[in-house]
Amino acid sequence: MKQLTVLSGKGGTGKTTITAAFAVLAKNAVVADCDVDAPDLHMLLHPEVMETREFRGSKVAVIDKTKCTNCGLCKENCRFDAITGDLQVEAIACEGCGVCAHVCPVGAITLTERVSGSSYISKTQYGFMAHALLNPGESNSGKLVTLVRQNAKILAKKENRDLIIIDGSPGIGCPVIASVTGVDAALVVTEPTLSGIHDLERVVQLLNHFKVTPFVCVNMYDVNTDNTNKILTYCKDNSIDVVGLVPFSSEVTKAMVNGKTIIENFPASNVAGEITNMWKKLSTFLDL
Amino acid sequence: MKICVTASTGTIDAQIDPRFGRCAYFVVVDSETMQFEAVPNLASGASGGAGIQAAQAVANKGAKVVLTGDVGPNAFHALSAAGIEIVTGVSGSVKEAVEKFKRGDFKKTGAPTVGDHAGVSKTQR
Amino acid sequence: MIVTVASGKGGTGKTSVAVNLALSIENVQLLDCDVEEPNAHLFLHPELLKTEPVYTFIPFVNQELCDHCGVCSKFCQYHALFTSPNNVLVFPELCHSCGGCMIVCPKKAITETKNRIGKLNFCAAEDLTLVYGELEIGKPMSVPIIKAVKKQMDKSKNVIIDSPPGTSCPFIETVRGSDFCVLVTEPTPFGLHDLKITVQVLRKMIVPFGVVVNRAGVGDNKVYEYCQQENIPILLEIPYQRKIAELYSRGIPFSQEMPEWTEKFQTLYSDIGKLVKK
Repeated sequence: MKQLTVLSGKGGTGKTTITAAFAVLAKNAVVADCDVDAPDLHMLLHPEVMETREFRGSKVAVIDKTKCTNCGLCKENCRFDAITGDLQVEAIACEGCGVCAHVCPVGAITLTERVSGSSYISKTQYGFMAHALLNPGESNSGKLVTLVRQNAKILAKKENRDLIIIDGSPGIGCPVIASVTGVDAALVVTEPTLSGIHDLERVVQLLNHFKVTPFVCVNMYDVNTDNTNKILTYCKDNSIDVVGLVPFSSEVTKAMVNGKTIIENFPASNVAGEITNMWKKLSTFLDL
Repeated sequence: MKICVTASTGTIDAQIDPRFGRCAYFVVVDSETMQFEAVPNLASGASGGAGIQAAQAVANKGAKVVLTGDVGPNAFHALSAAGIEIVTGVSGSVKEAVEKFKRGDFKKTGAPTVGDHAGVSKTQR
Repeated sequence: MIVTVASGKGGTGKTSVAVNLALSIENVQLLDCDVEEPNAHLFLHPELLKTEPVYTFIPFVNQELCDHCGVCSKFCQYHALFTSPNNVLVFPELCHSCGGCMIVCPKKAITETKNRIGKLNFCAAEDLTLVYGELEIGKPMSVPIIKAVKKQMDKSKNVIIDSPPGTSCPFIETVRGSDFCVLVTEPTPFGLHDLKITVQVLRKMIVPFGVVVNRAGVGDNKVYEYCQQENIPILLEIPYQRKIAELYSRGIPFSQEMPEWTEKFQTLYSDIGKLVKK
């Protein structure tokens, strides 16, 4: 089984548009939306949910006010400022470490599991999909990414699929690390802006750190060709394959508004053509 | 000597579960008597630190050898520190694996065989 | 006043709004809390005054005092400690620095040691000060760096915070304690979907907020319909213009080249002030 992660460092570079197009082109893949903070892929692929599971990512401290003697030891020992002046747990800040429960002299504090979101196993027109949603204000998105990837793997095994395509989240922190570890290749979608270049370099370093082969796609490359050339030079100097230069097109937004992938909505467009070429190159590398 | 085998169910005839940190069961077999104890792996659904949690469970059981498919760097580091011998790339049933080990068919693994978080990703290649 | 500029979806123009706003008003401290991918400095070309490392604390086990009882690793919710028959291993990447292991150790064998995870950059660009955090590559936890950036907050100034994208821990830590949150979105289905999630979080946190629509003119009208339904004020619209996109790509804040925007951002700031007073 092969795994490909699409990511970007900087948000809004077109990661999800490209992942959705790949899902259509791949035909035999399971798609995993690992941008669990702000998942958007379902708006293009319209999954039909077959199974929903609660996600219990962490624990939270609960104070039994009938036992509490207001000694304040919990607040004093909490490193996360999660206990307020009137000794209430601020759930949003609590990391479930259990220190307060340990120091409480009267045993008024317990750790309880909290439901932080849901994970879904779904079917789309083009195959299967694993995705999830964090409840508003919940944390631990890295753990939920791990769960989505596990679900995708179980699906792939069960349905005999040989590829998992992962839509990653922006940044380089915990959810991103969770979405790239152990994959066969990563496609970094960037744009020819100073921010795009800066963030590309950081993501490539991250991929090197985790020994994942990076590929690069410059989206909207014609918005600033000087910057595109800088990206090409950077990639050449670092021996990174640039597998696609996708032009700017208002058709991308139109397709999004129509709730369709660019491949379905504008099959003859330049954007669809370039993404198809890119897909061919990646599938050759992945030996599909 | 106690040998721990990662398994998909809790019996001596179970198939080996190739993921160390996220296997379903540890089957701990006494190599002399072939008596075994099945321990569910509480780390199998853990969201982080599964390898270390699993290694701790194995160490607490007093196993001297682990027979499994793949082991990641954290678990490798932990098991090695506990003086537990690690054999990777093992498949088949728990019983077969222990017998092969007794015959000396296996070679000890000198390094982690997969990257970080591998149990989450690359096991059924 | 502390104003955080955020957006659920990445790439909607958060940094652009934060920087243009910061340049349009006086006496500003800009805090870039997007420590995974900080970008504000790329638009400001500031002078770097100094850098400071950011550390978290991780346990250090005195092996002479430790009797390998295993209480610490049993206590640790994050499995960052492993007890073998002859020593205790620490896994820094998993540690949340809660300090619990030190407290529970019956032999008092655990103290703390520093673990570097990133740095703070202190900068000045004319009369604006900028502090931005930078997470080291391969380190998973950005929240301690965000906290470190926010510790530098100078409340005598107009504080503008550039938030990381998303709606989970990094965003929550960033927006905690702000007087107002500006949500930058784009009028597309993705923009709207992520806006809705962010709105739910902010309502839960009781932080007042308003919306800036960037790239107005692309996409559809659903963002406007939603804001109207939910009584969310639309504070500013920035049209989709080739010139703005082009200036952005070169790292130039567009209000510098299109001075009419300076006034619009000033109005935005005074409108926020009025909403906060209400």
